[in-house]
Amino acid sequence: MTSTFVGMPKFPVAAREALANTQLRSNLAHATATIRDKRARVVAEVDNWEELRLSGAAIKDAALASLDQHLVRLEARLTAAGAEVRWARDADEACTIVAEVAQRHGIDEVVKVKSMVTQEIGLNEALQEQGISAWETDLAELIVQLGDDLPSHILVPAIHRNRAEILEIFQRRMQGLASPEELTDDPAVLAGAAREHLRQKFLTARMAVSGANFAVAETGTLVVVESEGNGRMCLTLPEVLVSVVGIEKVVPTWEDLDVFLRLLPRSSTGERMNPYTSTWTGVTPGDGPQEVVVVLLDNGRTRALADQVGRQALRCIRCSACLNSCPVYERVGGHAYGSVYPGPIGAILNPLLKGVGVDEQVDSLPYASSLCGACFEVCPVRIDIPSVLVDLRAQVVDAHRAKRWGGVPSMQTVAMKGAAATFRSGRRLRLAERFARLGTGIAARVGARAWTGSRDLPRAPRESFRAWWRRTDGGTR
Amino acid sequence: MSARDEILDRVRAALGAVSTSSTTFGHPAGSSPDDVVALFAERVADYQATVVRCPPDELEAALRDALPAGRIVVPDALSVSVPHAVTDDRLTPFELDACAAVVTDCAVGIAETGTIVLDHGPGQGRRAITLVPDVHICIVRADQVVADVPDAMPRLAPAVRQGRPLTWISGPSATSDIELSRVEGVHGPRTLVVLLVG
Repeated sequence: MTSTFVGMPKFPVAAREALANTQLRSNLAHATATIRDKRARVVAEVDNWEELRLSGAAIKDAALASLDQHLVRLEARLTAAGAEVRWARDADEACTIVAEVAQRHGIDEVVKVKSMVTQEIGLNEALQEQGISAWETDLAELIVQLGDDLPSHILVPAIHRNRAEILEIFQRRMQGLASPEELTDDPAVLAGAAREHLRQKFLTARMAVSGANFAVAETGTLVVVESEGNGRMCLTLPEVLVSVVGIEKVVPTWEDLDVFLRLLPRSSTGERMNPYTSTWTGVTPGDGPQEVVVVLLDNGRTRALADQVGRQALRCIRCSACLNSCPVYERVGGHAYGSVYPGPIGAILNPLLKGVGVDEQVDSLPYASSLCGACFEVCPVRIDIPSVLVDLRAQVVDAHRAKRWGGVPSMQTVAMKGAAATFRSGRRLRLAERFARLGTGIAARVGARAWTGSRDLPRAPRESFRAWWRRTDGGTR
Repeated sequence: MSARDEILDRVRAALGAVSTSSTTFGHPAGSSPDDVVALFAERVADYQATVVRCPPDELEAALRDALPAGRIVVPDALSVSVPHAVTDDRLTPFELDACAAVVTDCAVGIAETGTIVLDHGPGQGRRAITLVPDVHICIVRADQVVADVPDAMPRLAPAVRQGRPLTWISGPSATSDIELSRVEGVHGPRTLVVLLVG
């Protein structure tokens, strides 16, 4: 059973703990450096990469600008192709729909394709409450699930684990292996163990749950991009397939997919193309699941869409290039972000989906960045993450000003209010100037520790500008 | 109000005054290599797949050499005859698991990315037969190979519009989930053999 992120501390607290974990830092430094190099190599092969990025951003923007029409079209095409289309306002509604489909077939076990959205809605835990077991079949998801762990990366949820740790988890928790004592930490051997462990599940599974990387409105086609073949197993062998799809996954036409199939693999795993991509359109008679359900999910996406600066985050194709290039992520890892969406994209997506001024942990995320801009540079759909971060910081401040946490105004609010009162009156400013040298000395020791702990507070000058002006009559004496 | 209507209302409210005027954007061109077929062979081999290039009259011999021992399954209407092969007739997953290999044709090959696309038409069979057996032998004809992804999309569009599924295959099954290094051989076929004809 995977744990959940409920009750995570604010980013600075979680980050401090993660920074002290030297094993974690070494695993992350190794993995992110590997993937950054691979990405850089295959991106350099494409002469018109920048044109592709512009095109990807434009297609997604156009799709979002008439999202209602595309969704209605997608629904009509899917229905015509024999799929059942359901709509879910939030996580609870989506989980209930998936559980109902399982229950109407008397199914108590489902296999899962790796999907961010089903993690976002906490589907595994919700199904467990209904007595339905969910088996993660992606290797990294399996490592997280067997280790009672939390995902820390969008593409490779177990990126924080090295091969020795994975071997230990497999030896302790993996069932159905003929000779577990022969396992080694060779990645090929570990991958072989996952194959053996899940083979029987795939061949007997009656129901699968997936997400989708893209949904083509024009044709009603869903797309899953993967590597291992676990996705193909889930999409092909069971009788029933339920796909939970965020409403922002829509692309208008089949031809539009072209650009994303060129952008995604190179940005994500650093490959020219991922090993397997599956597309399917409702039910195919005589081939694959004969009952296909598609759940179209909002869960905060329309809130993000209403944010004029932040809506560009809905272009995200979940490649995780921004995580791999982020100096903050590389040092603290994914868990510190307290969400299934970590890293730079998580720092904007979580507040956009959930709103600011509600949860202190979410409100701390827009500050989890040095604004260096590496994320924007690598983003295949050109999401200007630094600009969205800055805008969200302003929103957080506004929300806190309006709200006053627990009746006690924050230190920042007190300081800003004090500054406003001082600058409003010449007399008060004169007084403040007279005591500034004394004040900064005290502030450095007591009040502003949180600020001065990592920054220098400048010494106030011996004489203020206004005092100098008076003394010298504007510099003439 | 139904969830559907509420979500669509929220979308319309969120968009508000966003102009729906169509932003014009072209699809950037793909690569245009000199020798498309040679590049395809090179890129497929990069994924640790086996590529055998042969003239049409040597295909059957090349196929015989590539076949492993054991039961072979083929789809209906395969372009070559495979001696002693079983034609798929709704075999169960367990029956497919007992097959050593599957032989199929394909719809399109993409040189730039080293990708084979199946549209599950004649000679390619339903999706399960190219998934469960551990060896996939795929016949690709030189005139099926295009330069890059944008060239493949229009060729595949008719099958998609007819509602057929597609499977894009780039090398044998693989994972990068352990320390982000690619290793071949997880759930899909662990051996991919491409017989490139012409």
